Amino acid sequence: MSALIETEKLTRVLPETVPVTLVKDITLAINEREFVAVTGPSGSGKSSLLYLLGLLDRPTAGTLTIGGRDAEPMNERERARTRLSMLGFVFQFHFLLPEFTARENVEIPMRKLGRLARPQMRERAGELLSSLGLGEHLDKRPDQLSGGQRQRVAVARSLANDPPLILADEPTGSLDSKSSEQVFAILENLVREGGKTVVAVTHDLDMAARMDRRIHIVDGKIG
Amino acid sequence: MPLIFDLALTHIAGRGRQTLVAVIGVAVGVGFSIAMAALMQGGQDDFVRQLVDTMPHVDITDEQRTARRQPAEDAFATVAISGLRPRDDRRGIINPTAATSWLESWIPGRFAASLKTQGVIRFSSREVGAAIIGIEPERESGVSPIVGNFVEGSFSALAAGGNNVLIGDTMASRLGAGFGDTITAVSAEGLSRNFKIAGLFHTGTTARDEGEAYVLLKNAQILSARPNAINEIRIKLDDPDRAPAVAQRAEAELGYKAVAWQEANESILEALVVRNVIMYTVVGAIMLVAGFGIYNIISTITHEKARDIAIMKSLGFPESDMRRLFLLEGVAIGAAGSVLGGLLGVSMTYALSLVRFEIAATGQEMTRLPIAWSLMHYVIASAFALGSAAVAGYLPARRAARLNPVEIIRGAS
Repeated sequence: MSALIETEKLTRVLPETVPVTLVKDITLAINEREFVAVTGPSGSGKSSLLYLLGLLDRPTAGTLTIGGRDAEPMNERERARTRLSMLGFVFQFHFLLPEFTARENVEIPMRKLGRLARPQMRERAGELLSSLGLGEHLDKRPDQLSGGQRQRVAVARSLANDPPLILADEPTGSLDSKSSEQVFAILENLVREGGKTVVAVTHDLDMAARMDRRIHIVDGKIG
Repeated sequence: MPLIFDLALTHIAGRGRQTLVAVIGVAVGVGFSIAMAALMQGGQDDFVRQLVDTMPHVDITDEQRTARRQPAEDAFATVAISGLRPRDDRRGIINPTAATSWLESWIPGRFAASLKTQGVIRFSSREVGAAIIGIEPERESGVSPIVGNFVEGSFSALAAGGNNVLIGDTMASRLGAGFGDTITAVSAEGLSRNFKIAGLFHTGTTARDEGEAYVLLKNAQILSARPNAINEIRIKLDDPDRAPAVAQRAEAELGYKAVAWQEANESILEALVVRNVIMYTVVGAIMLVAGFGIYNIISTITHEKARDIAIMKSLGFPESDMRRLFLLEGVAIGAAGSVLGGLLGVSMTYALSLVRFEIAATGQEMTRLPIAWSLMHYVIASAFALGSAAVAGYLPARRAARLNPVEIIRGAS
């Protein structure tokens, strides 16, 4: 198995008057088709690590290689392009665009990438949502959906461009246990059946225990 | 439709109330700017028009700008002549037929020759000093300000021939004479002649209504004992702005003083420049205030959309897309506001044009607000609104686009 994403002494320091170290010297490799939990206490830097892996933030030191490509020399536009085609995000809060229907929200990344024709995008968005049990709710806006449903729309959106890597930041953090279980099952299925790699930040140890691998972060370091 | 357009339109349409407020804000700014500009410009145009209408555009009189030089002065540089009393010139424009036919050949407009002489109008025991102006009615009608302003009788009464006179209503009331009465005109040369009042005019210019009497050119020539003489040629041009050039050419060719209306009213026109500055300042201030309003509304919307910017960045939209998106939204709101503001401007300007009020103390003259309908007002106001809206969309979007999405994602709840 080849490494999908690799880091070498990845460090992120906030340049405040008293510099705050979010992530310190993290070296790791995540392979394809892995289901990885990032755990740790609040404020340990696990989310910061996820944002670095997702090219949402830039490290102050260390290297990051994604899909065999060094992220360091990429400009803002290339990083955006990489996020669009290789990464899917699921956050604790659904972060759907409120004015658009579920289907339109899923279509937006596809339209930005522009790889498919419009009717195919529409079809694919419908299929993705249906596969997550939202076939009834394609044309509803986020405020017409429940929390669990919204989070599933967010998962569908992260899959829009069929990226190899899904990064999830507390994906079940704001859901009740039933919805949490549903979303977790979906993520697990993405790895087992869909061939994706999922890295999920969670503080739920039971959930982490059911994943392939656990990376425990304490004070910004792998502990 | 390109994705960015779709996003922008959905954003705008999705926030109906806020969008409406923003569009109305823009529209009010644009509308008021237009209405104010129409009013200010209208006032100014009206003022100039009245100035231009009541007087000839070019006035050629039998005067020279400088005293005639003595031949000896031209021949010898060192000669100085003092105590000189010029020979009595025969007053009037010499060879008027040649002058008028020359003017006829190139003047882009109409002109009329006349003989103006100072005299006294007498009726029973009353006397009023007056400028007695001898005119040729058919030519005069092209240049005269009195033609359309008759209270009684009409201008054509003069053309019929005979010893008729047209005087202003103020002069008539000072004389105690009325329409159809016979008055006596006495010239500076001491000659007198009786005329029947064939028309009373009221131009609104006191000096004219009180101090001018129009008779046939022939009669004026007889009164002043100057057969075939004229001493003034008044020109109305199709385009008043060409007056200085026409005056210059006429003066160079004829050798008589030719005064363009701009020259005759220099001080008033200077005052107009000041007025212009005030006008542009006022309209500019309104637009500036409107621009701030537009900026405020649109930048608020953009700030509220900071979360969406972070979301879209995390999805893989580059910063340039975010800037373009909000620029587009600003421009769209600006454009919608401009269209609505244009309509508002039209209706407000129209409403202003309906306002009527009395100006003369007598209550006779009803005046409307002078309004200028100019496409330029709409173009400038719209362009200004679009510009402010674009800046208002762009600047906050640029800042928001640069923002690290992580900070917004972390802060969201």
